[in-house]
Amino acid sequence: MIRDQEFLKDIASYCIENSKKLGATDVGVKVIHSVSENVSFRNKKLDESNRADSFAVNLTTYIEKKKSSINSSDLSKSNLEKLIERCIDATKITPSDENNSLPDKDLMSKEIRDLNLYDETHYPNDKKIEFLKKVEETASTDEKIVNTEAGFTENKNNFILANSNGFLGGYKTSNFSSSCVAVSRINGAMERDYEFGSTRFLEDMMEPEEIGKIAADKAIKKLGPKKIKSERIGVIFDKRISKGILSTLASAISASAIARGTSFLKDQINSEVFPNSINIIDNPKIEKGLGSQNFDSEGVETNSLKLVENGILKNYLIDTYYGKKLNLKSNGRSGGTTNLYFQNGTLSFKDLLNSEKKFLYITETIGHGGNIITGDYSVGASGFMVEDGELTYPVSEITIAGNFKEMFKNITLANDLEMKYSTNAPTLLINQMTVAGK
Amino acid sequence: MTNFFKETDIDTSQAEAIVTETLKNCDDGELYLENHKSESIVLDDNKIKSSTYNSDQGYGFRAVTGEVVAYSHSNDISKQSLRKSSDNLKDTLKSKKGTYNHEIPKTNSKYYENINPIESKTFDSKIDLLKSVNNYLRSKGSIVNQVTANFLGEHKSIEIIRSDNQILKDDRPLVRFNVSVVLEKDGKKETGVYGVGGRQSYDDYLKDGSWKDVCDEAFRIANVNLESKPAPAGEMKVVLGPGWPAILIHEAIGHGLEGDFNRKKTSAFHSLMGQQVASEGVTIVDDGTLNQRRGSLTIDDEGTPTENTVLIENGILKNYMQDRLNARLMGTKSTGSGRRESYKHVVLPRMRNTMMLSGKYSQDEMISSVDKGIFAVSFGGGQVDITSGKFVFNCTEAYEINNGKIGSPIKGATLIGDGPSILKEVSLVGNDMKLDPGIGTCGKAGQGVPVGVAQPSILINKMTVGGTKL
Repeated sequence: MIRDQEFLKDIASYCIENSKKLGATDVGVKVIHSVSENVSFRNKKLDESNRADSFAVNLTTYIEKKKSSINSSDLSKSNLEKLIERCIDATKITPSDENNSLPDKDLMSKEIRDLNLYDETHYPNDKKIEFLKKVEETASTDEKIVNTEAGFTENKNNFILANSNGFLGGYKTSNFSSSCVAVSRINGAMERDYEFGSTRFLEDMMEPEEIGKIAADKAIKKLGPKKIKSERIGVIFDKRISKGILSTLASAISASAIARGTSFLKDQINSEVFPNSINIIDNPKIEKGLGSQNFDSEGVETNSLKLVENGILKNYLIDTYYGKKLNLKSNGRSGGTTNLYFQNGTLSFKDLLNSEKKFLYITETIGHGGNIITGDYSVGASGFMVEDGELTYPVSEITIAGNFKEMFKNITLANDLEMKYSTNAPTLLINQMTVAGK
Repeated sequence: MTNFFKETDIDTSQAEAIVTETLKNCDDGELYLENHKSESIVLDDNKIKSSTYNSDQGYGFRAVTGEVVAYSHSNDISKQSLRKSSDNLKDTLKSKKGTYNHEIPKTNSKYYENINPIESKTFDSKIDLLKSVNNYLRSKGSIVNQVTANFLGEHKSIEIIRSDNQILKDDRPLVRFNVSVVLEKDGKKETGVYGVGGRQSYDDYLKDGSWKDVCDEAFRIANVNLESKPAPAGEMKVVLGPGWPAILIHEAIGHGLEGDFNRKKTSAFHSLMGQQVASEGVTIVDDGTLNQRRGSLTIDDEGTPTENTVLIENGILKNYMQDRLNARLMGTKSTGSGRRESYKHVVLPRMRNTMMLSGKYSQDEMISSVDKGIFAVSFGGGQVDITSGKFVFNCTEAYEINNGKIGSPIKGATLIGDGPSILKEVSLVGNDMKLDPGIGTCGKAGQGVPVGVAQPSILINKMTVGGTKL
């Protein structure tokens, strides 16, 4: 069972009081309890069952402008007492930094709205097993599928965030997620693909048959890939990976990257970064949203932000520390984006595929080839060739490369946005990238 | 040694009794206890950006029968919590007919000392050194735009209680020191990153001003990159330098030879045992026994002593890396490769220090044999799809080769290849094997563990370079 707010509050108050007693001028603390149950299946048999019960305390103490932190999983007061002492000792001898401080009081979240983020339903392991049987049953129908793995995880969380300026808030959240990985084989060569669903409420979970079918269909479609010739070509990003473009944007407009001067979007505020048809929104207050929150990791109120409006960069993602460096107020983005998405495009998926004679359609990228400082991008990729609007054959062992600055300006969005993750994008086309193959 | 039951309502013999009772009729399993202390001190943008101390303790209770693993973990080392975990395991494994395998080899070898690196250097001296790094690099001129440096140190104590009172213990130090510098010239910015580390104290890596070598190397890489031009796109010859570029071996071959993927037949290598998978001069081992190396372990996280496992010998596939579960199911022995990130994670077969051994050619011979290609000296990370065998890694320092001569530096690019076939494309193996500086972390199934790599220079006949220039 997940521990209640009173239990967590008691620990948070203990940490604040003791830190102050030992000389802290300001204190921030977070206390978390989470319980997670996972069952996984492989080839229609139970493979693993895992139960996790975890506590965590994250404490930051300030002495004027000096700051230090400790984290621990042991909530016993004897342990916390020792750690608080250690934290204060370290704080005393850490050089001060004029930007270190708790958030401004008037920016703190005042009321906690119920965003429908907690489903108290417990899905017993027997039910998870039934669910997974159905997933794998559907996934392994085709004889080309030689291996299936499926998993179901149920997660319950409760937390309290508090600071010595009187802020104290927290709430429960839940998450249910299910996934299937299918391996297909033909002539000794194998391919792998997957599908997964993640929701706040059990009742919103995809049907098991749907998860299994999508994973298997995708794995079969990838069989027998070809390596193509190197060329400049329009690249379409499948919805599963197009959201990566938004994650890159989020890194590049974080106040830390801007203040440190290590972003390819430095000095681009109020400039055109995307085509004027593009709007990008970060909205923390979506009911049941996977990225929803009442306040950020410092307790600052978060509201919906238009990051990009008609192609123009309008906002950075600002926390207290880097906000001070930039002379800007925190906009509740300590900890990053919440529910981040492109406003839907206008072209249908079909029309996008037909907008040129030939495209490369990418369903997966591998490697970490994005450089936020220069904007250079180069990653391994696999997907399909598109000819006259049809996916003609699978492609693999190639790379796609470009520079984000140019890529951003050449984006066309389809109108198939779905809110499936915390960061969401429709299918999108980037006109002209370099593909390296044979 | 940590006494895990001090200040709890349970003692070792009571815990042993719960373990023995829970694992009755199971094939394997254990109670794994862990105490983990770590620190991170970061200097960034001329300031001490953060100093954090982490203290984590808990247990992971595992019961294995047939192919099924039941696992339960908690921070709470108490009678009630262990009982609850035990019930949970027994509930999952309703029909178990296993025979517990008591056999576990013993070892007297130790590959690192039981020191706590966090306590063996004062906080003040760490702060002072970070400031010195900042001043030293910034004294190199106004070209220096940003300096980040950090200490990462940890001490992990583990205790493994197996059925019928077998107890195995290990204490593991680990440190890492990293420097990253951003240079700016004519409106162009580039980064250089370098680090050192292993299972010793910080001062073993940083004494006598050797921290300056770390700074110089980061500065040198950034400087090279300032002059870089767009990388070529397409298939060409690739010469890899010695040392850290062996992450190619780690990605292309290493993951595909981990026991679990081969037992499950999801690895592109699962049907290739005993077959020629590499050119004749290629021998690859995974060695957990190198003194003080980042990937070394005295015993693995199941209690098995580590060893030097030959994976590929003169091009022939000889062994997979095994933990106890996969070894049992494949009818072989654990190679001491069972590892977990922490008590919160199940054991998986993992790499330790993965190394390609030296051949007989010089790096000059390789470069002069290439008409058109690239020479890759340093890398960022890599990734592999073990099923299709396709893998990538990102160059952070590379040059073009024209007519047997090293030319201009080129921008960071991803290289992509096919694991099962890439080693057949290795035409020359160098005589200059080198270990990496001790900075690698390998990710698998959401678990990160410290690893090492090593290789000599090698010449690869054909690989796809993911640049922008056609």
